[in-house]
Amino acid sequence: MLSIQNLKAKIDNKEILKGLNLKINAGEVHAIMGPNGSGKSTLSNILSGKKGYEIEGVVDFNNENLLNLETEERAHKGIFLAFQYPLEIPGVNTNTFLKTSLNAIKKARGEKELDALEFLKLIKEKSKELKFDEKILSRQLNVGFSGGEKKKNEILQMSILNPKLSILDETDSGLDIDALRIVSEGVNSLRTKDNSFLIITHYQRLLDYIKPDFVHVLKNGQIIKSGGPELAMDLEKKGYEDFE
Amino acid sequence: MDTREKDIEKLKDYKYGFSTDIESTRAPKGLNEDVIRFISNIKKEPEWMLKFRLNAFERFKVLKEPNWQKPQYPKIDYQDLYYYSAPKSMDNKPKSLDELDPKLLETYKKLGIPLQEQARINGIAVDAVFDSVSVATTFKEELTKQGIIFCSMSEAIQKHPELVKKYLGSVIPTTDHFFATLNSAVFTDGSFVYIPEGVRCPMELSTYFRINASETGQFERTLIIADKGSYVSYLEGCTAPMRDENQLHAANVELIALDDAEIKYSTVQNWYPGDENGKGGIYNFVTKRGLCKGRNSKISWTQVETGSAITWKYPSCILKGDNSTGEFYSIAITNNHQKADTGTKMIHLGKNTKSKIISKGISAGKSDMMYRGLVDISSKADNSRNFTQCDSLLMGNKCGAHTIPYIKNKNIKSNIEHEATTSKISDEQLYYCNQRGLSQEEAVSLIVNGFCKEVLQQLPMEFAVEAQKLVGISLEGSVG
Repeated sequence: MLSIQNLKAKIDNKEILKGLNLKINAGEVHAIMGPNGSGKSTLSNILSGKKGYEIEGVVDFNNENLLNLETEERAHKGIFLAFQYPLEIPGVNTNTFLKTSLNAIKKARGEKELDALEFLKLIKEKSKELKFDEKILSRQLNVGFSGGEKKKNEILQMSILNPKLSILDETDSGLDIDALRIVSEGVNSLRTKDNSFLIITHYQRLLDYIKPDFVHVLKNGQIIKSGGPELAMDLEKKGYEDFE
Repeated sequence: MDTREKDIEKLKDYKYGFSTDIESTRAPKGLNEDVIRFISNIKKEPEWMLKFRLNAFERFKVLKEPNWQKPQYPKIDYQDLYYYSAPKSMDNKPKSLDELDPKLLETYKKLGIPLQEQARINGIAVDAVFDSVSVATTFKEELTKQGIIFCSMSEAIQKHPELVKKYLGSVIPTTDHFFATLNSAVFTDGSFVYIPEGVRCPMELSTYFRINASETGQFERTLIIADKGSYVSYLEGCTAPMRDENQLHAANVELIALDDAEIKYSTVQNWYPGDENGKGGIYNFVTKRGLCKGRNSKISWTQVETGSAITWKYPSCILKGDNSTGEFYSIAITNNHQKADTGTKMIHLGKNTKSKIISKGISAGKSDMMYRGLVDISSKADNSRNFTQCDSLLMGNKCGAHTIPYIKNKNIKSNIEHEATTSKISDEQLYYCNQRGLSQEEAVSLIVNGFCKEVLQQLPMEFAVEAQKLVGISLEGSVG
């Protein structure tokens, strides 16, 4: 599904990714762990199409060069980023935002857009699945949301948009145990043989709830070690220092 | 074509920018007593009306053009303008839509207001003003049954002189200021509305103003009277052809609400704003004033100002009746080289009077936006309240936004609240929306509509959707 070859990225002349390689097949869950400043967020930004980076290398997504696509085109092709810090948009209610987003993607794919009733039905169903308080949906997008509500809202969006590749950028940070469980269950319920996940995290904790197929250690702009779930345990014990 | 080029293409595409090739009757060029007599004569006005005009003109001669406003403009040569222009086919006024010049019908159809169809759609009555004359008014008979008068100003002067005499100039005196006085001397057409006591107007009344002729000023005059216990919702829309010259639209709008009456006045102003280099466009210098004359009366202004090269207006409320309420909801958008100096005046004279001001200013491109507002609570206006909220949204780093509130409270029992914010659409917000599949344009439109929501909600349903689209369109190409 996704194949990254020798990815290098600079911002303000500072080199952050220094030749990163990664391959994710359909249905796989990959976790990336690494110390602060190792380039984790940069990787998720580049995959989702944030502007402002100088980029070299190849990123192939379902036989298309991802780097040539606009941010919204990547979303249309099925890339979703659960933001580390979801943005507030005053005056736009969460429902409206979600419906606009879903229909923009459907339109780009040449699918039939949902009318208000169909959408309402879908969102009710999904909120229930994710134990998401429906009241939040009529509030302004992320305005006055608690940290947990913001993250849950990201997962709700993910489940509505049903992406092929979901990137979770430190979704677990700032979550209490209950919220963490809900978020994880949300992710698990979306796991199918066609959908893949790239989970970026600092802590092994999240991986107790979402079992990854692969764990990678990102340090200094490169993946320095890859392995199975046991690698995360190892990391938690030893810290990043031992991995050189 | 890349997206940026497409944006620029779209910008050029002011879809109301066409002009209609139509033979017209014009007053001789220039401003003098003869021209005023010409206008009065062609409208077959009674002597008192001519006198009203000539008095105003006498006054006008000694007035100086104001220049305290923020947007400056090249000197206007008032002798180099036509003050009256009307389609020749209107010389003998057609009696029904079927007799109306097909070219005029075609024009309104292109503007999205098919008059013939409109005449069949329930819920909205339309008065169509083309340059200096009203060409058609729909639903007149239905409204007449309830005693409602909805016609052109010219017709009202003929048929309802007692009402016009009593109220015309009662809110905006002919001596008021330069542009208002000019309007009183040379005004041509506009709408007249009278809602009798206790009647709730069953449909939206609306006027569509169209400037077509070149080198011509449009001097609209509208008068709305809501008698005791009545209610009316009125909406005006405006467009003009794309021209290199600047054209002047100096309107006077007077509203009068008697005891327990309510007037809701909404404007969707989309005059030609000029091209992306700031050439051409309408000078929209308008005086709009409402008088809450009776107890418990209410006047509410809602404006969506997206057009014009320069918008310069302060729709105001004089809260004379005790317990009366004034409201002002405004969205003003400037893009490219557009400029706006707009806001409101709330003059509290009666006791227990309330006013509310919600202003949303959005500036993009190289434009400049000014909110200027006066809240004046007189010494007799006990227990009065004002709440003002002014929010500005900036797009890009070449535009400006300014807020100047003038606050005068002469009554210790009254209070005034003022809140203001300035924000920018952040790249992060755009990125977030893009990541959710929205294009740059869709993202901007969504964010801006959210910013304006409180005001958009005030518009009558039928127009809110249009206004929402317009807000998106006026900002096209402003980011990227």
